[in-house]
This record gives sequence, structure tokens and C-alpha cells, in this order.
Amino acid sequence: MLDKAKAEEIFQKIKKFASVPEVETIFASTDFSLTRFANNTIHQNVSELNEQASIRVAFDGKTARATTNRFDDESLKRSVQAAESMARVQEPDPDRLAMAKPDAAAGAAGPPRWFEQTAAITPGDRADAVGKIVAVAKKNSLVTAGIYSSAQHQEGIFNSNGLSTWHRQTSAEVSITMLADDSSGWQKANDPDVKHLQPVELAEIAAKKAGDSQKPQELAPGKYTVILEPAAVLDAVGFMFMDFGGLAILDQRSFLNNRIGTKLFGENITIVDDVDHPLQANSPFDGEGVRRKRVSLVENGVIRNLVYSRGTAEKMKNSEYAGKVGDISVTGHGFPLPNEIGEAPMNIVFITSGGEQTVDQMIASTERGVLVTRLWYIREVDPYEKILTGMTRDGTFLVENGKVKCGIRNFRFNQSLIEMLSHVEAMGKPVRASGEEAFDMVAPAMKVSGFNFTEVTKF
Amino acid sequence: MSMKQIADWALNTATQRGASYADIRIVDDRQRSLATKNGKVGHAASGESLGAGIRVLVNDSWGFAATDDLSRDAVERTAAKAVDIARASAQVKEAPVRLAPEPAVKIEWATPCKVDPFSTSVEQNLDLLISIDNELLQVKGVTLAESNLQFGRSEQWFYSSEGSDIHQTRYLTGAGFAAISFAGTEIQKRSYPNSFGGQYQCKGYELIDELKLVENARRIGEQAVALHKAEKCPQGRLDLVLDSSQLGLQIHESIGHPIELDRVLGMEANFAGTSFLTLEKLRTLRYGSDIVNVVADATEHHGPGLGTFAYDDEGVAAQCTPIISNGLFTGYISSRETAETIGEHRSNGCMRAEGWNRIPLIRMTNISILPGEKPLTFDQLIAGTDNGIFMQTNRSWSIDDKRYNFQFGCEIGWEIKGGKLGRMLKNPSYSGITTEFWNSMDSICSRDEWTLWGTPNCGKGQPMQTMGTGHGASPARFKNVKIGTAYQGN
Repeated sequence: MLDKAKAEEIFQKIKKFASVPEVETIFASTDFSLTRFANNTIHQNVSELNEQASIRVAFDGKTARATTNRFDDESLKRSVQAAESMARVQEPDPDRLAMAKPDAAAGAAGPPRWFEQTAAITPGDRADAVGKIVAVAKKNSLVTAGIYSSAQHQEGIFNSNGLSTWHRQTSAEVSITMLADDSSGWQKANDPDVKHLQPVELAEIAAKKAGDSQKPQELAPGKYTVILEPAAVLDAVGFMFMDFGGLAILDQRSFLNNRIGTKLFGENITIVDDVDHPLQANSPFDGEGVRRKRVSLVENGVIRNLVYSRGTAEKMKNSEYAGKVGDISVTGHGFPLPNEIGEAPMNIVFITSGGEQTVDQMIASTERGVLVTRLWYIREVDPYEKILTGMTRDGTFLVENGKVKCGIRNFRFNQSLIEMLSHVEAMGKPVRASGEEAFDMVAPAMKVSGFNFTEVTKF
Repeated sequence: MSMKQIADWALNTATQRGASYADIRIVDDRQRSLATKNGKVGHAASGESLGAGIRVLVNDSWGFAATDDLSRDAVERTAAKAVDIARASAQVKEAPVRLAPEPAVKIEWATPCKVDPFSTSVEQNLDLLISIDNELLQVKGVTLAESNLQFGRSEQWFYSSEGSDIHQTRYLTGAGFAAISFAGTEIQKRSYPNSFGGQYQCKGYELIDELKLVENARRIGEQAVALHKAEKCPQGRLDLVLDSSQLGLQIHESIGHPIELDRVLGMEANFAGTSFLTLEKLRTLRYGSDIVNVVADATEHHGPGLGTFAYDDEGVAAQCTPIISNGLFTGYISSRETAETIGEHRSNGCMRAEGWNRIPLIRMTNISILPGEKPLTFDQLIAGTDNGIFMQTNRSWSIDDKRYNFQFGCEIGWEIKGGKLGRMLKNPSYSGITTEFWNSMDSICSRDEWTLWGTPNCGKGQPMQTMGTGHGASPARFKNVKIGTAYQGN
């Protein structure tokens, strides 16, 4: 794999090939493998080695990027020239900043995210784990489908101002669906350190969900108290965080337009972006190499702050919104330049302040409600009221008189996130959670009143 | 070094190590992506990626490994790795993989392309986008104007241990723009010629001229602003007329995905989902009304769709498969493996991979509804509608994991009263159950109103692969559809 020393060497060549004063290169190197199973069989099993250099040039308020996975001199020269020629024909943008200086990357080392035992996972190790998952399925007369993946990833940013960053991490992930004739159950987890993954335990939980939801009953659509497991919470709330970027406000495309500083959610909702949280697992710098900072986004229901790239922070300070949007500072959340979307918080952590309940406790306190394992195919219906639609999937249950009564057919919801986060009656302990619609986060299970199910499907 | 030589290194290594079948795809991808926002450059980027993916069958199980290093040592090492991975796969299997037969071929093919998009200058491209933005910003109330251009060129060499040698080059061109208007407590948006980036086809820069982007910018901007004052779409059951782009997405979600045979056979159960189209429904299910005729057509004859090619990514020739014939469900889309599993004599050629580093999966090609045989213009369709709603341009889309229950929102709607388009409606949406919906179709416009739309962003697989699919459609009418569900209870 590409390491920092080799990347530095390539960057020196790139600088030499450039005819403009400012050059930046983002390096990425991936060794990724994934074992996929269905019908109790490994049916796809893949591995990939890929390395790339994404070169940005800047001069006279102009900038452009060219990316290649070939590091020979001719390919690097061609990419540098492609970036330069795309930049040269642009009109100068007076708002375009010079590239970041080295001190922008400075910060604490952050928690380790590279683990030798994860890097050492073999196809045989993954097959062994899948074999154990299949054994759980067979023991329960079920059929299973899912994945077991492992990866090593290295990335870094160098620029002609002397900025230099490097990050490496490993990752292992398991996702399991257990299928019966008319029901299913699901679990998913990932972690930089494979020792925290428990595939058999996850398989047992998924199998229990599939078993408990057999012969699903049809419930009339309507507003219900719901208990959302952490994966369901993160897949829903994930749809609002792109709106917490400063540029989204300047572009007036955010549901937070005219709402920063107001109490939008319930008192019990506090959210930060914190890449250094021990349960987070991402790179500590942004697309310009700026060290990510912890940002308080929501405090007790009040929208407090946005995140900023370097360029957006400057624009915001000079805009009509300055003074109305909380603290304006470079937070290290920018996407690689040039881009038109600015920045977003991608390391979300929900903060609870005592009184957390387990899902079982939430069930026990519910007279009538719906327990949701996961949500699926979520899309935004209304961008300002933040109404989302989507389906429940792989384990949806009726709760009555404090107990799970039976599985039910899956619902379609049309639910405002603002309303949802204003009606959270109880929360669990935030955990590292992973879904399919949004990025991973540290999120709790939630009990929410008045959740709006509008239709029911056929299974 | 020739591509054939690289392929020989891979295929020889794989077979010498025990592979009963092996193939290699060497892919050289090139892209240009330009976007503007409010008349300034949003992003300007180009990319190139070269590599090889090697797929092998060992002990009746699959293995795949990919590398960006095409040196002999790396290619042979990658082929050996694919074999090792396949051996690991064989530890957990219920049934052996068998492939439907396919004759070996040697062929060269390229997308018909009048103007190579990469031959146009970036300056010319940016000038066009900035002109569109400036037109949009002329409209008072447009708070954000965004335009984009995308070009792609993918050259692929496919070789198999069965002797196939297929060299294909596919071009992609796409463009579009959006006007966004924020006022009060509402964000409204209008896109042209379609949402999510516009229109995409496998052809050259000639597409851009055909789209008449600048000419339509002012009208679209005005609609975005006018939506704030429009009435809300009503809730209830009404007749529904869909424009061809929305009908294209309706086909994608409620026909294209459920006919994927890997979904039907449970191979996507953990992520994309399964399908309500279980095997006993083939040639027995009344999918739609008598006028519903849908094909999966990857042939050049169908048009320059994102699903047009000569051979799929496991070396099977492009074909036209009847999917729904006069309302009857008549076909799945398949691979060599899944065709063999259900006893078909041949794959219908729908295996496609995102790039060199991904395995081919069953993907939609061009899944299109055929136009009505009797001449019917859009105006005539509206004139024949007494009480209904016309909806244009997708805004949101969602469907369950077996593809029964769907809900779509559109950017704009229009009331239809007494055969005429009336007042504008905002936030229109509709929902239903797939087969009930297609059985309610009672009218479809003829060939002159038919457009082959491109959906560039279809996601499937683990690891996720993004694929472009084509969907031809004419405006059509559906009876007694549930309208307005998206805002019900909100």
C-alpha cells in the first residue's frame, strides 16, 4: 500500500510538473475485501487494491482538480496539465482562498484507528465467520444473507504551502439478514478493531427477530408511538446534517434557514460533531487538510452552530447572516475543493444526560406502539419541514401492554424530522451504529410519540 | 504491452491454479465533470482510472480480485488471489455455480458518437453553464441556480477462458440545471430536463445541443418561483397523468428492480432487497393493463440509452427481452448463473460492473415502456382527461424492499379539468401498489412523445456499485390513483 513517504515522493514530482504556484494532492490507498453470502452460500467474494492521487492546482483565483490512479511520470504530468487547463479558462473568483498553511493541520493525534488484527483478516477468516453465521441460520431453520468485509485504508493531503497530513485506519464490518418464509431480521455492525465485532451474537439477534416476526399481522396506518433502534434513528436523522454546513445557509437551501438559535427540537436533543470520539472512526482532517474540531450543533433542542470550511467561514463572516448563526470559525469540515456544497458534519455523536433506557425498558413502558429494527429507502419529501418518507424493514413489531406482541407488516412513513426530534420520550445509551441510508454515527435508540405511518405494504 | 498479453497472464495463472472458468476485464475510464453555481464555477474536475478485475470459478464457487497495477507480477498475483478467494468461498456453499452456455466471440464495438465530448473545450463547456445560470438568475425569486455537464468514456477489454475477446468503448454525455427558490417557510425547486443532474445518454456532445438548455432556463426559473403561490396538491383518488421522465423512474423502481433475477433468487436480500416477482409468476401474473408493453433492450436499435452496449460484462450479447407483453409478465433480466438456475437456455445479457474494481451484477439495461400504437399526442391525452392531475419531474422516490408499495413526489403538478390543464399545484405526490398501479394505466402517448431517459445513479450491490440505466417512456394516464399521501398527517 501507499505510505506517507512514498506519497511525499510522488507529491514532489507533481510539484515539479506544475507550472502554477499552488498545488495540492489528496492521496488515497485502499486494500478492501468483502465476502458476500446469500441462501446460506458465499456467492460473491471480492478484493480490490487501488491507489489514487487527486491533484488540485490554483492560481489567480482559479482552481481545478484532476485524479489518476497511475503514478508514472507521464500520467502525473497529464493530470497536472489537465487540472491547469481546466483552471486556466475560468473567470477569477475573488473569494477563492490561498491553500491552507501547515498549522491548519495541527491538532491532537486522536484515537488509534489502525489495528493489525483487522489488517490481517484473510478470505479464510471471513469464510469461517460466515460459516458460523450460516450455522445459526440452519439451527433456527432460516436462510441468511449478508456481508463480512475488511479493509485497510490510508489517506493524506500535501500542498505546496508545506501542509502535510496522513491518516491510516482499518475497518471490519458485518451485516446479517435472517429470512423465514414471511419474515426477516437484521443486524449490522462495524469497527476499526475486529475484536469488537461479534458476528455470531449479531446472527442470533437477527435470527430471533426473524423468528418473532413470523406470520405478521396487518396494522392500520396512523400515528403511533415508535421505538426506533439505533440504526433506524441514524438512517432518518442522517438526512438533516448536510443542512448544518455554512454554505447551505448562504445558499438558502437549508432547513435551518432563519432557524439558527431557535429551539427546533425537544429539550433532550443534544448533538455534537466529534471525530475524536472513541466510538467514531473517520479521518481527523478535512478535504483541505484542516484538522477537524469538535462542534456543538444542537444544545437541548436549540440549533447552536454550523460547520465551516475555510472558504465558507470567510464568506459567512462577511455576509448578512454574521451574528445570526452562532460561532463562525474554520471547523475542518470542508469537502475537497473545488466543490459547490461546501461542508457538512460527518462524525455525529448524540449526547444524552442521564436517564437512558434500554430498548426493553422502552417496550415495558409502552401501552401500544411499534418497535422498528431498521428503516429503508428514505427520501426527502419536503426540504424545509424536513419531511421524510421511507419504509420499515426486517423486523417490525406491535408492542402492547409493555410487551412485544407480534410481527406486523411493514409501514410507509411520512414524518417530519423536526416533529420527530420534538417528541422523543426516551433515549438509550448512544452506541456506534450503522445503517444503509446514512453514514455511521454514535446514536441512541429512541422512543418517539406520534410517528406518522401513512400506508402499509403487503408483507 | 498489449491487453491480450495482460489477459493471458491472468487467465493462464487462474486456470493453472485450478480455475474451471476465468475472465478478465481491463477498463480504462475517463471523466470530465463541470458544475456552476450562481454563475461561478462550482467544480471543475477530470479523472482517469485504469485497472483490471479478474473473476474465477474454482471448486464451483466464485472469487474476484482487482488491481490498478498492470505489470506481469501484479496481474499474476491478483489472479492467484482470486483463486484463493474462490477456494475460501467454496467452504460455505449449498449448491455449485453453473453457467448457462454462451458462444465465444471476438468483436469490437463503440458507442455511435457524432461529437466526441472530450473534443469540446472546457471554456466552451463553462460558457454554456454560466449562460444557463445567468438566465435563471434573471428571474426574481430564484435564490440558487445550478448547472452541470458530465462526460465519460469507458474503454473495456474482456477476455475469458472460453475464448471471448471483446473490445468496447462507451461514451456518456449528460447535462442539466436546477432553479431553487427559498421564500417564507418553503424551498421550491425546478429542474430541467430532469431532476438529479438532467438527461444522460450514451452518445456524444450532440446531446447537449438537442437539450436546448439555455432556451428553457427562464421558463423553469419562473416555475420555481411561481410554485410558492400555487395551491397545494389535493389528497384523494384522482386520475393521474405522468410526464415521460417521471414515468421512466416509475418503470425503474416498480418494474426494473423487481425483474432482476438475483433479487428474485434472494442474492440481494441483505441490501437491495428481494422481489415480489417469485418464479411462479412468470407468464402467469397480470402485471399491467393490456396496453402495458415493456422490454429490456440493450441493443443499439433501441437508442443511445445508458443501458446500450454490444456485449455485457460477462461476454453475453446485448438482447431485447419482452418483460411485460400486453400486460402479462413475460421475462426477468438475468446472468449466465441465474439463467442456468431457473432452467433458461441462455442469459439475456444484463451483467454490468461499475468499473474494473467491481464484479458484474445483474443490472437494468434499457427498461422501456413501448409507446402507444395509436397516434396520441400529449395534448390529446389531456383533452381526454376529465378530472385529474398532471405531474412533472421527480422530487422524491421510495419503494419497499420487495417492490410493492411505492411513493413518488414530483416538482410540479397541474390540475386537469374538463380536458384542459388548469392551475399549477405544488408538492404533488402519489402512491400505490405496483401491480394495481400498472393495471390502472388506460392510455399512453405514441412514438412522437417517447423519450429515452437516462438514470445515472442506480445503486446496488455490496460494495455498492452505481450504474446508469435507460428508460424510454411516453406520457401516460393512470385511473383512480391515490394522490397526496406524502403530506398526509403533516
